[in-house]
Amino acid sequence: MSERVFVEQNFETVDLSQLIAKVGDMKAGGYRLGQICGVVLDDDTYEIIYTFDKGHQLYNLRLDIKIGEEVESITGIYWPAFIYENEIHDLFGVQFNHSALDYQGKFFKISEETPWKPKK
Amino acid sequence: MGKRTIIPFGPQHPVLPEPIHLDLVLEDETVVEAIPSIGYIHRGLEKLCEIKDFNQMVYVVERICGICSFGHGWGAVASMEGAMGVQVPERAEYLRTILHELGRVHSHLLWLGLLADGFGFESLFNHCWRIRETVLDLFEKNTGGRVVFSICKVGGMRKDISNENLKEMQEVMNGLKAEIKEVTDVFINDASVKNRMTGVGVLTKEEAEELCAVGPMARASGVPQDIRMTDNHGVYGKLGFEPVLEEAGDCMARTVVRIREVFQSIDLISKAIDQIPDGPVDMKVPNKIEGEYITRMEQPRGEAFYYVKGGGTKFLKRMRVRTPTNMNIPAMVKTLAGADLADVPMLVLTIDPCISCTER
Repeated sequence: MSERVFVEQNFETVDLSQLIAKVGDMKAGGYRLGQICGVVLDDDTYEIIYTFDKGHQLYNLRLDIKIGEEVESITGIYWPAFIYENEIHDLFGVQFNHSALDYQGKFFKISEETPWKPKK
Repeated sequence: MGKRTIIPFGPQHPVLPEPIHLDLVLEDETVVEAIPSIGYIHRGLEKLCEIKDFNQMVYVVERICGICSFGHGWGAVASMEGAMGVQVPERAEYLRTILHELGRVHSHLLWLGLLADGFGFESLFNHCWRIRETVLDLFEKNTGGRVVFSICKVGGMRKDISNENLKEMQEVMNGLKAEIKEVTDVFINDASVKNRMTGVGVLTKEEAEELCAVGPMARASGVPQDIRMTDNHGVYGKLGFEPVLEEAGDCMARTVVRIREVFQSIDLISKAIDQIPDGPVDMKVPNKIEGEYITRMEQPRGEAFYYVKGGGTKFLKRMRVRTPTNMNIPAMVKTLAGADLADVPMLVLTIDPCISCTER
C-alpha cells in the first residue's frame, strides 16, 4: 500500500456577522485565499466554503445562509475573491454586497439564470 | 489625464485558443485598467454530478481540459478516495505521478509553441509541437489516448503499464532532452525573444502573494508555492522534489520556469521509473461516498482544488473544481495595468490561460 498522507480537513463554521472579522484574521495571519465554493444543502440553505492556505496547510470557513440572505463581499480584504463571488452570484443567485468588482450578473454568459438555485 | 479609449481584446484573438474578453482602458498606448470577462464556454460540468455517479464523474472531470486531462482525473479520484479513506496501491501512485509529469511536459511544450506563435516565431512553434508529438505518442502507447486517457479510476489505475514500456518511456524522454534544450535555448538567448519578454509584465513577489497567484506565475516571482512539495500528492516526497523558482517576475521568468520544469519533469519521470515497485494497481472501493473532502493537485498551470461532498449514495452532492487560471486572472489584470498595448498578448499568454478549465 502507498503511504498517502490525507489532507487535513480543517473546517470552522462562522455566521454572517462573524465572516468579515474572521476573514480579516486569516489575512492578518498570512493566509492566502485558495477558493470559495458554493454548495446547495437543501431547498432553503446554501453553504459557502472559504478555503485558505498557509504553508500548504488548508483552513476552511463554512458559512451557512438561507436562500435570499445577502453576504458581505470579502473583496475588500482579498481582492481576487471577485472571481468566486461573481461566479457564485451567477450560478447560485447569492447577492454579495460592497464588492470591489461586481459584474451585476454578467460574469458568466449562461443560457439559464442561476442554474444551481433550487427550483421550488 | 489624457483621453481614454477602451479597446476590446478577445474573445476571439490570434493569441487566444479559447475565449476570454478584456476591456482594455488606454491612455495613448498605455493600459491603465483591464476588466476581464469570461463565461463564453461555461458548460456546467460540475452540475452533472446530479445525474452521473462518482465513477462516471471521473470521465466528466477529465474532459474539463484537453491539456491537463490526466491531472484533473487524478484530482477527482484523489478527492473521492480521500472521502472514502482509501489507500491505493503504491504502484498506482507511481504510475499516476509518472503520467502527471508526462502531462506537464506535454502542456509546457504546447504552451512554449503557442508563445512562439504569439511573437511570430513560426519555426520555433513548429519545433515545440514536433517534440510534443513524441510525448503524445507515449501517452497513446501506454494509455490508448492522446488527449483524454481514462486510465485513472477510484481505487487505482484501470490498467498497468509494463516495466518494459516504462523503461522505453524513460529512454525516449531522456533522449528528448537534447532536442528540447536546442529549442528552449532559443527562447532564452534569442535577442528578439528577449526584447519581447525581458522586463515586461513584472509581478513582484509581494504582488504575487497579495493576488494569490499560483503555479509558474507565482514561482517566477520567487514564491515557493507548489503542491508537489506536500506529502499528500503522489510520490513526490520519494523523488526529492524541489520547486523551480525564478526571481524577476517578468514574462521571461515565467517562460524560464516552465522550461526548467520540462527538464525537471523528465528527471522526476526517470526517478519514478527507477523506483516503481511491482504489485497491484487497483483495489476494491466502496460503492458510495459519504462526507466531504478537499484536495489539491499541482497542474501544469498551478494549484487546482477538488472538493467532493457525498450523500451516502453513489451520487455526489457536489463536485467542485477550482482551476489555476481562476486564481491567476487577478494577477494578469494587475500586470496589464501600466503595460504597453503591444505587450498585452505576451502578458495574457504568459499566465498560460486555460479558459476551458476555468469555465468548466
